[in-house]
Amino acid sequence: MADNCAVELRNITKRFGSVVANSGINLQIKRGEVLSLLGENGSGKTTLMNMLAGIYQPDEGEILADGKVVAINSPKDSYALGIGMIHQHYKLVDVFTAAQNIILGINDEKMDIKKTSSKVREICQRYGFDIDPDEKIYNMSVSQKQTVEIVKVLYRGADILILDEPTAVLTPQETEKLFVILRNMRNDGKAIIIITHKLNEVMAISDKVAVLRKGEYIGTVNTCETNPQKLTDMMVGRAVTLNIDRPKYADPKPLLKIEGLTCVDKEGIKKLEDVSFEAMGGEILGIAGIAGSGQKELLECLTGLYPIQSGTIKFDNDGEEVNLVGMAPMQIKNMGVGMAFVPEDRLGMGLVGSMGMTSNMMLRSWKNGKGPLFDKKAPESLARKIWKELEVVTPSTSFPVRRMSGGNIQKVLVGREIASNPKVLLSAYAVRGLDINTSYTIYNLMTEQKMKGVAVVFVGEDLDVLLELSDRILVLCGGKVSGIVDARTTTKEEVGFMMTSIGGKGGEV
Amino acid sequence: MTTLIALVVAAVTFGTVLMFGTLGEILTEKSGNLNLGVEGIMYMGGAFGLGGAFYYEKAVGAAASNGTVALIIAIVAAFAIGALAGLIFSFITVTLRANQNVTGLALTIFGTGVGQFTGEFMRVKEGGYVALSNNLKEVFVKPIFPQALVNIPVVGKLLFSHNIFLYLGLILALVMHFYLTKTRSGLYLRSVGESPSTADTAGINITVYKYLATIIGGGISAIGGMVYITTTAGCVWNHEGLAGVGWLAVALVIFCMWKPLNAVWGSILFGALMIMYLRLYIPGLPTEIYKILPYVVTVIVLVLSSMRNNREKQPPMSLGLNYFREER
Repeated sequence: MADNCAVELRNITKRFGSVVANSGINLQIKRGEVLSLLGENGSGKTTLMNMLAGIYQPDEGEILADGKVVAINSPKDSYALGIGMIHQHYKLVDVFTAAQNIILGINDEKMDIKKTSSKVREICQRYGFDIDPDEKIYNMSVSQKQTVEIVKVLYRGADILILDEPTAVLTPQETEKLFVILRNMRNDGKAIIIITHKLNEVMAISDKVAVLRKGEYIGTVNTCETNPQKLTDMMVGRAVTLNIDRPKYADPKPLLKIEGLTCVDKEGIKKLEDVSFEAMGGEILGIAGIAGSGQKELLECLTGLYPIQSGTIKFDNDGEEVNLVGMAPMQIKNMGVGMAFVPEDRLGMGLVGSMGMTSNMMLRSWKNGKGPLFDKKAPESLARKIWKELEVVTPSTSFPVRRMSGGNIQKVLVGREIASNPKVLLSAYAVRGLDINTSYTIYNLMTEQKMKGVAVVFVGEDLDVLLELSDRILVLCGGKVSGIVDARTTTKEEVGFMMTSIGGKGGEV
Repeated sequence: MTTLIALVVAAVTFGTVLMFGTLGEILTEKSGNLNLGVEGIMYMGGAFGLGGAFYYEKAVGAAASNGTVALIIAIVAAFAIGALAGLIFSFITVTLRANQNVTGLALTIFGTGVGQFTGEFMRVKEGGYVALSNNLKEVFVKPIFPQALVNIPVVGKLLFSHNIFLYLGLILALVMHFYLTKTRSGLYLRSVGESPSTADTAGINITVYKYLATIIGGGISAIGGMVYITTTAGCVWNHEGLAGVGWLAVALVIFCMWKPLNAVWGSILFGALMIMYLRLYIPGLPTEIYKILPYVVTVIVLVLSSMRNNREKQPPMSLGLNYFREER
């Protein structure tokens, strides 16, 4: 066709109750092109794509495929138009093999797993994938699962691919591999839409960038004519500085000394093995590693939540050295080891979703009340302080935190930990799923704490941020310390290799 | 030896009741619906199954009635009431998205009531006694194989002396096994129970699968209740015998790890545990203690099964959860 426009969205509006998720959005997706969809949290990117995938139906506007108006009422219709979406949370059945997952919902051919498997191998060969179609999903790594998702879509003959935050869980090497594949597919004439928060990836992979802000379409630009700063300004709607300030604290001294820390899980598998390091006051210690390398267990050991098999955790409590091993979580907390842990579902640990800010503040101070009644005044004033100082968007301090947006929930969580004046602040995935603007607020909070002499331990996913924010980076690999590097002099590649092999040697072989 | 054979035969008879209850619930749970109404469904199946055969005989007269027809009517009547219960459950949980546990428990209370009422109503109306005539009873309990086979020492009794329902149950287990592991539709059903959002995005109609599995599953479970009344209870309405059987079936589903073939030996084992106190006297063991054996085993099994870490032996992942596509 003349303009080779695969899909066009015209004036799409979608509401959830009174919330307008998308309003009057226009978008063109062309074949042989990678389009990045950029926007802050809650700007409606996923919602918009779900309408192409048939999960939601637009309230207003029309969708055109190959120039004709179409109605996508179900995922089936979407597949029929050649649209395939790779969701952020993989849509796979764990106990099925890759091939079984791939044939789900395909009715027009005889069920023959062997034939499917060989066809899957063919697709893998063509694009350079590496998966075994007869392998069960629960035995696969995250990036293998993602590959299955992509193959699933290709198997159905999709030529318009939508990827929702595909790199969030990948290592830099895996991301590079994915990009090679995406480029192959683009050159094959497929239309690709990629949703991501990471600006450097946008610059690396896409041909065009479409920006959404608060459900509205801001515009589309050619990637070669823009830069991260301009894109951020478009996204946020005003100029934002993109540099993380990294001042040096004058007098860092060790607050936590961890030696030979080992712990095992219920099945007897070693989650941490002989982990030794020091966390300095006035320093941000970044912790990098592939998801599930022991980050969670490490933080939980430090706060007394996870049973420790051997090793010592020495904490400098105002000049007096205390061993934290064997202490109750409450004791550890009282000594000033605070933890802002943001689990995948944000509300699983740390906050109670149906309660308001005040009640959530009380989770930290419920012991302070006299007799059977609790003291509500202090938490209320703390809640108001956080509300004001961190610019939390909520109608009131009693508004259920579950109904706030992700970024605001995280602000409440981090704000509460900081308010308890910790000496050590542990945080995991503090910016998970947050947009750039909010992320920077959190980074600044961390740096502020560091400059007060607090030892900040920051478990992060985005290597670029770790490199910019931390003073030192500890890399975990399979529960062992792969190395500790100076964040000011190391490179992303070095850390990436250390994530996949102890000491980073494997990468060069 | 004779005692042992008699024990096995009795265990199989009672086990058949559990087998239908369990197979039905396996099918239901494979779709992700946790129907705790099995107890009520089996009660209703018992009352309606017996009622169907009884009123058929009454309508055409004892002399003219045909055993096979009575059998089919009993099965159909039980299946129909169980399917209706499954439909109610599906409507409330799938369409209206109510909590499955609450709905299932309500269905148990409702079904037990309806079953008891129907049974008692028939009994009172018919003058104190609802029973099939002896030659009709015969069809429900007699062995289906020729007497010559039954007479083979040991093997004959163990393999060929059972009533028709055992063999129907075995066929059903095989069919279900084949369906779940070898057919496309079975694969889809399992995907619905494991991860409805995956099935949905793959273009599978979740609502249809959940409704059908729950309706057919309910029907199969209800047949179990009918089998109890027409075999173990001797074609006489008995409002006490079925108490707890449905719950045992729910526990058996876990014991069998949601696999139809395991349900065959699992239900016979539990059948043995249920009737052992009648057949096998153990000196010094009070009957009351003896009778709790199946429940003790159930508790042990539940504890053990919760400790299993094998991913293959887990319940369908979305069991008990409702699916709503636009949920955020």
